[in-house]
Amino acid sequence: MSNGAPHPLSDPPRTWIRRLSTLLFIRPRLMLFLLLTPPLLWLGIIYLGSLVALLVQSFFRLDGFTGMVVREFSLSSYLELTSIPNLEIVFRTTVMATAVTLTSALLALPLGYTMARSTSPRLKGMLYLAVLLPLWSSYIVRVFSWKMILAKEGILNWLVEQVHLKWLLEAILSLPVIGGSSLSFSYLGAFLVFVYIWLPYMILPVNAALERIPQSVLDASNDLGARPWMTFRKVIFPLALPGIVAGSIFTFSLTLGDYIIPGAIGNSSYFIGQAVLAHQGTAGNIPLAAAFTVVPILIMGVYLTLAKRMGAFDAL
Amino acid sequence: MRFSKKPGGSGSLLKLGAAAVLMFLHLPFLVILLYAFTTDDATYRFPLPGFTTEWFAVAWGRSDIWEALFLSLRVASISTLLALMLGTLAALAVHRSRFFGRETVSLLIILPIALPGIVTGIALRSSISLGGLPFNFWTIIVGHATFCVVVVYNNVVARLRRTSGSLVEASMDLGANPFQTFRYVVLPTIATALLAGGMLAFALSFDEVIVTTFTAGQQQTLPIWMFSQLTRPRQRPVTNVVAVFVVAVTFVPIIIAHYLSMRGSEGSKK
Repeated sequence: MSNGAPHPLSDPPRTWIRRLSTLLFIRPRLMLFLLLTPPLLWLGIIYLGSLVALLVQSFFRLDGFTGMVVREFSLSSYLELTSIPNLEIVFRTTVMATAVTLTSALLALPLGYTMARSTSPRLKGMLYLAVLLPLWSSYIVRVFSWKMILAKEGILNWLVEQVHLKWLLEAILSLPVIGGSSLSFSYLGAFLVFVYIWLPYMILPVNAALERIPQSVLDASNDLGARPWMTFRKVIFPLALPGIVAGSIFTFSLTLGDYIIPGAIGNSSYFIGQAVLAHQGTAGNIPLAAAFTVVPILIMGVYLTLAKRMGAFDAL
Repeated sequence: MRFSKKPGGSGSLLKLGAAAVLMFLHLPFLVILLYAFTTDDATYRFPLPGFTTEWFAVAWGRSDIWEALFLSLRVASISTLLALMLGTLAALAVHRSRFFGRETVSLLIILPIALPGIVTGIALRSSISLGGLPFNFWTIIVGHATFCVVVVYNNVVARLRRTSGSLVEASMDLGANPFQTFRYVVLPTIATALLAGGMLAFALSFDEVIVTTFTAGQQQTLPIWMFSQLTRPRQRPVTNVVAVFVVAVTFVPIIIAHYLSMRGSEGSKK
């Protein structure tokens, strides 16, 4: 195509570069191969390789007497996974992840909608930044802040006392399961912090989905006599759903694998992440720890497949 | 048209909800700041018994904090560089051609953040120890670079999608070789996307704690240091001083990255 007269851009012809570029032009596959090799080597070998190795190890077993890992095929860690206490851990974590996801979706809708419908680009930019900042800022700092807020002598309890609602808080905390001795040692507290931490991951895709609803569609619904609630139910919500599903990938997956929040805030019962940490750490039972990680991988696998079918990836 | 631009009653209720959510997201940062000035170093008593600025001086004099900070900065810089290279290469490849397994490549890049951090962490940890390698500075980097690639990749792909391919073709037609085309045409177009992606990758690495607990040996990055203070507090307000610093340090690149990607018309998001 371009091997005619000299051009301003080309150096005096250095033949190997010229030959190489012709080669790359004739063979785009080679170019593709060169571009893809480094990232694929890294992610394919280091990352995927590690994941596969982990999966393989979940089929090994721990010798009860020596405490050593026996490297032969066995389903014993999966059998152990189905014991009642371990199933309880899986159940507890999944219920928490579901509750966190649903609540995040509920909270994301009003803010996402306000962002999408705001007419001033300046305000829109500010709102967007207001969601981005917590999303990107330090996870551990954000968890830490709730340790202070939820402390028995801390700010939330003080506020509750000021508005004379201490009886209400105590009533809630005395409820079975979600309650506890104080907010910082209860499922309710852990739930609050989970929602706080992962909410921005829900707001952004919900906003992106709502952003795409043309005003004319809302006007049409209104003109056809739908009241706001009807418009929300029949028009806005269905169109926001792919965004909610996209956001839920994050809120669900991140809650499933977290071990810091239930450890720092919450009672002493384990979540999946804590179980993995305990089994691989002090117990040295890598096979069981690996089997535990298969649970979130499987759940997320099913989840991602379903989400893809709903077109959630377009909303990311 | 009651519902058109400014819906009446339901609209103000909506705005109220939005404002409440925003406060929920931001007030905890103020609490952190407030407690950096408390005179009570054993409990989180509110109202604060007294105000002091002495904790800033105490934090300044603590060598463990400085060590953790420098380790975090080094880790974040090198991980960001690696992520920039790998992410850009992957983005160029996925963007320029449709090939068999293209979807798989983008899935593979997203996987490290789509799967819970603990999965990435324990997978890397067990293969590092299977390989008999020591846990050190470089094993932290391996973990961080792995999940930082996606940020760079997303930013660059979003930018490439908005630029017309005819520029590259024109450059090739005018006789530029692929390296010249990259240097003079592609790089200037994606420069701000790279900067934005790099800053977000830096912020991500600087703050990461879950994967790091698995891939670090004895070293403490700043988030790991904070985590250890969370479980075994000593001089609690000092942790707040560090937290305030960390928040300030991460806010700056996030704001810059935001404006950089806004300038390429529509913002690119995670």
